[in-house]
Amino acid sequence: MQAQTLYEKLWSSHVVHVEDDGTALIYIDRHLVHEVTSPQAFEGLKLAGRKPWRVDSIVATADHNTPTDHWEQGILDPVSRQQVETLDSNIREVGALAYFPFKNERQGIVHVIGPENGATLPGMTVVCGDSHTSTHGAFACLAHGIGTSEVEHVMATQCLLQKKSKTMLISVEGELGAGVTAKDIVLAIIGRIGTAGGTGYAMEFAGSAIRSLSMEGRMTICNMAIEAGARAGLVAVDDKTIDYLKDRPFSPKGETWDRAVEYWRTLHSDEGAQFDAVVELDAAKILPQVTWGTSPEMVAAIDGIVPDPALEADPVKREGMERALQYMGLKARTPIAEIPVDKVFIGSCTNSRIEDLRAAAEVARGRRKADNVKLVLVVPGSGLVKRQAEAEGLDKVFVAAGFEWREPGCSMCLAMNADRLEPGERCASTSNRNFEGRQGAGGRTHLVSPAMAAAAAIAGHFADVRTLA
Amino acid sequence: MKPFQKLDGLVAPMDRANVDTDAIIPKQFLKSIKRSGFGPNLFDEWRYRDVGQPGQDNSGRPLNPDFVLNQPRYKGAEILLTRDNFGCGSSREHAPWALEDFGFRVLIGPSFADIFFNNCFKNGLLPIKLAADEVDALFAQCHGSEGYRLCVDLQAQTITRPDGKVIAFDVDPFRRECLLNGWDDIGLTLRHADKIRDFEARRRIAQPWLFA
Repeated sequence: MQAQTLYEKLWSSHVVHVEDDGTALIYIDRHLVHEVTSPQAFEGLKLAGRKPWRVDSIVATADHNTPTDHWEQGILDPVSRQQVETLDSNIREVGALAYFPFKNERQGIVHVIGPENGATLPGMTVVCGDSHTSTHGAFACLAHGIGTSEVEHVMATQCLLQKKSKTMLISVEGELGAGVTAKDIVLAIIGRIGTAGGTGYAMEFAGSAIRSLSMEGRMTICNMAIEAGARAGLVAVDDKTIDYLKDRPFSPKGETWDRAVEYWRTLHSDEGAQFDAVVELDAAKILPQVTWGTSPEMVAAIDGIVPDPALEADPVKREGMERALQYMGLKARTPIAEIPVDKVFIGSCTNSRIEDLRAAAEVARGRRKADNVKLVLVVPGSGLVKRQAEAEGLDKVFVAAGFEWREPGCSMCLAMNADRLEPGERCASTSNRNFEGRQGAGGRTHLVSPAMAAAAAIAGHFADVRTLA
Repeated sequence: MKPFQKLDGLVAPMDRANVDTDAIIPKQFLKSIKRSGFGPNLFDEWRYRDVGQPGQDNSGRPLNPDFVLNQPRYKGAEILLTRDNFGCGSSREHAPWALEDFGFRVLIGPSFADIFFNNCFKNGLLPIKLAADEVDALFAQCHGSEGYRLCVDLQAQTITRPDGKVIAFDVDPFRRECLLNGWDDIGLTLRHADKIRDFEARRRIAQPWLFA
């Protein structure tokens, strides 16, 4: 048989029907649901008198609107509260395999709770009305974000209409330097290929540097595939994948586990498989990254400077850079390490897992945040992550450093709850998007790794975590 | 879904690359549980000088006169010229809902982000990809002539410029049919319900752990 890529294996094992022009119906195994992109879908189903096709494919949680403090007060914003209550009542009416509502001990960011509960398994197709669904590709799932019409379509038919993507291999070989993390790898990739570099592709991450990462690190990389334009990111199954999933609540057990593992071991690109595009990076050359602009591709290494738009030949790009510098309140050629920060956010579906919190705590241990830093928010990705971090004493390290230890949720990644930047405030953030207004109207976001975010909190400006005094 | 066949419409230019869906419709408006009413908040942060809130009356808000869609010459525009990677970022379908609610039916640009591109077709909005030099020429003509209009014919897959030049464009045949007829995807898919059931039954035997 012809050598296949991992994407081709996942695709061909889910095709139900193909139209003449290649548009395919693909079967969906797991449907993750949250409160923001589902109400109109539930309403659409109801209006059409349709029932969900397979309720036990649904795993739901409330994460975008939920507050991260004073849970005893409930959700104060009435509009946010209505959205969360709408999800409650929709799930009550329709059902689900699992629902982790606001305040549940296993509630959390939808892309954190899927894997940690074993609800994300290799070989699945996973969809969610959220672009960061690409995260689940770390488990060799075909996972991508969909719109609300598609949420309704999947609920009604258990299928999605799709065109097959092209395939891109991103190979990162070599050893990462100390203090360089998965976040730095993926920011470096986006810096190389641009935010539209992966448009139309499913992106497989491979190479010794990717294999050396934990599952948490691989999730960070796949999470930001969408920031490189690719709807889906993928990593092949190996021992780490299987070890991670063993004994999770929804992972298979006993004999079924053995059968599953046998199948999962086939989920990798075959030797000699052909990709439509290949990008190679040398891990040893990647330094800690900091974004300086309003698109994730506007990124530099910590020892770099803010680039000068005058040197850009393409007029559309040059204007984009000028506009970004104006919005960000930055001058060309400013050394990255001299940019001060007002706030720090450690959290989001990119970087709120236990390993991320450990990395931030390691930097914060025995240190204090700088006086010019008004707020350092640490928001765990889920109730389970929170509990694990507290068992390890990480919460105490953060509090001793002057950081705030909060309840789980999406929080200041997109500022739908009360956690946000004020106009003009500058933030070192472990989230995934530095778009204008993303963390609050007029807010200025710089994307970094958890260790680099903690280093900025301590130094009061961006600082090289490898040489932090 | 509203069908789309042919449109002779006023054109507005959105002359910047990487316009993300956060810019198209900011997060506070995503708290709505409705599908409609997003038009007044399209490009909210660029369009107004204050920070908008959901449920607010937008008629008295201070406008940013520099923002392109606030210029009188583009009032009533139904076709938006865009640059590379329009619609990147969040998968929020509120972005096409807002564009459609504002009055746009056609977007023309060199490239669109995948999820956004897909979401447009579900809402009677036609995104058209053209070669970069064709798009450059349209921007130049649009900037240069007030009341600039284009005629977009989905059946013929053509855009006709005021100077008579006809530009052909590609669109997936399946999407084209759906849009021309205003077909509901779900209804179409359910014609294959037996196939889906068969597939599911086979899967249940081969990979029972997916159905636990």
